[in-house]
Amino acid sequence: MMDLINNLSLGFGVAFTAQNLMYAFVGCLLGTLIGVLPGVGPIATIAMLLPATYALPPVAALIMLAGIYYGAQYGGSTTAILVNLPGESSSVVTVIDGYQMARQGRAGPALAAAGIGSFFAGCVGTLILAAFAAPLTEVAFKFGPAEYFSLMVLGLIGAVVLASGSLLKAVAMIVLGLLLGLVGTDVNSGVARFSFDIPELTDGIGFITIAMGVFGYGEIIANLSHSEDKREVFTGKVKNIYPTARDLKLMFPAILRGTTIGSILGILPGGGALLAAFAAYTIEKKTKLKPGEVPFGKGNIRGVAAPESANNAGSQTSFIPLLTLGIPPNAVMALMVGAMTIHNIQPGPQVMTSNPELFWGLIASMWIGNLMLIVLNLPLIGMWIKLLTVPYRWLFPSIVLFCAIGVYSTNNNTFDIWMVAIFGVIGYGFIKLGVEPAPLLLGFILGPMMEENLRRALLLSRGDWSVLVTRPLSAGLLAAAALLLVIVMLPAIKNKREEAFVED
Amino acid sequence: MNIKSQKDFFSGLMFTAVGVGFAWGAANYNVGNGARMGPGYFPLMLGIVLALLGGLIMFKALVVETEDGEKIGKWAWKPLVYIISANLLFGIMIGGLPSIGLPPMGLVAGIFALTIIASLAGETFKLKEVLVLAAVLAVGSYLAFVMLLKLQFPVWPTFIVG
Repeated sequence: MMDLINNLSLGFGVAFTAQNLMYAFVGCLLGTLIGVLPGVGPIATIAMLLPATYALPPVAALIMLAGIYYGAQYGGSTTAILVNLPGESSSVVTVIDGYQMARQGRAGPALAAAGIGSFFAGCVGTLILAAFAAPLTEVAFKFGPAEYFSLMVLGLIGAVVLASGSLLKAVAMIVLGLLLGLVGTDVNSGVARFSFDIPELTDGIGFITIAMGVFGYGEIIANLSHSEDKREVFTGKVKNIYPTARDLKLMFPAILRGTTIGSILGILPGGGALLAAFAAYTIEKKTKLKPGEVPFGKGNIRGVAAPESANNAGSQTSFIPLLTLGIPPNAVMALMVGAMTIHNIQPGPQVMTSNPELFWGLIASMWIGNLMLIVLNLPLIGMWIKLLTVPYRWLFPSIVLFCAIGVYSTNNNTFDIWMVAIFGVIGYGFIKLGVEPAPLLLGFILGPMMEENLRRALLLSRGDWSVLVTRPLSAGLLAAAALLLVIVMLPAIKNKREEAFVED
Repeated sequence: MNIKSQKDFFSGLMFTAVGVGFAWGAANYNVGNGARMGPGYFPLMLGIVLALLGGLIMFKALVVETEDGEKIGKWAWKPLVYIISANLLFGIMIGGLPSIGLPPMGLVAGIFALTIIASLAGETFKLKEVLVLAAVLAVGSYLAFVMLLKLQFPVWPTFIVG
């Protein structure tokens, strides 16, 4: 306990410097911005901004990038409530009840419920992150290469099991990602694999080009192929943001439940904001309605408070596997791995001991960031509403431009611009074929790590594959992965899973 | 035999083709054995797995009934072509095309080219509006990326500033 307090005070010392406060603010501001704007996600934004963080000290860079991720969860709710569009994928369920509330002239209380819920969940998530980090790091030091390999298998399986859509296609996307991750010079033999004698490819495919091509360009093209719908924006109607006493009584238990679910699901591999929001909404729907309460789907405030708390709690706790084990649990965290490597920080258990100021500074900044976000989102809501009236025809050329500038400035090389064009076409192809690109990015980051750990594990065992199941920790992790797969294959669960992702 | 899910069938086909490609490429490298994995070992393994997964997806797409056949639908050629060419043109403006002797035209020209071409992908195109947008983006990018973040860009055409 004393350790925790000491560590946190170290963290706050780092986070409260003028420079880091500023970057936390910039991150939160940008996060809210992209959260509010439909069609731009945190993956593309973080990828766009990575090059801009080269010149920053690593702590400041990570503080800003983290702010973008959890800031996006706040901003997404605004669009969901006011425009009936999820500004962010994790706000998909907020749309259902939030928009109904806005239509009844109760946009203000809905926004307040989302804001307060997110803030509470963010604080709890940060505390959990701080408390769990140290013990989990201890465990991680006991891991050998076999355990790491099995952990990554579990992580990747978890990621697809908990994701929506076809399981088989998601597994295939992971394998495809792993393969793309292997392009470039093999560290062991020095052989340039799959590089077709192109010098730039011997360094491997840049993950920024993949992220921007697939998530940035691919989605813009898909968005443009639907004609622009008539959007009904409830701009003038947000006057009173204060919820009534009855609203408060209804929303607090929902916030507590949402926070709990979100915190747990965030830690799990493949978890994070999106899944947390879905699960929280499903559970709220299962709890009994109080007499006189509005039914779900008709503007129930609990339908806003719970998923919004859950997605924010989940986005905070998904940092736990990244910071303690060095394993990214979702695509955004995979980008954070990239950010850390750019700054010469090898993600993993040693970060806490070798860079304590970075580790605790990042955690402390998250709490500060949550405080900034509630100020940014509730009193300044009018500003974000104005932003919603910006037409998409101005927005998408700007996004294309920022992607192009970001890609070029990673290496100051036009080769990356040609690559992002290729991945843009591929990304659009993925959307047309109905395959989700997020597992690909996760596999791409883990590919080289998995190969290296498997190689070391098999070298130590003289080529005996049974090492993966004879070491108890490794066997346990693989068993958990197998169990997950078996569970989702069971017909009863399979139907439930498909149901859960198709919300009415 | 009918294809029951067009999306699944063609994604399976893509996975199989890519998997075979990687496996075939990996076989050209030293594969080695478990105890001494060569550079080809892991990609060969994954390539085969991917090809098999693709085959399974194709098989499912031929057997399992779907409601609407899960058609891929029309390709949105217009946005695809304009967005990608805007991006390519930006690259040419920044880097030039040495093969045909085109010098780098710089960031400002690149931003105008990209904005105009990308805007053509939308439903409505008003040249005046697009030019204003491009000008705003050019000034903003210059301030943010060149002045503030000090990223290295050729801002003006090289034949002017040398």
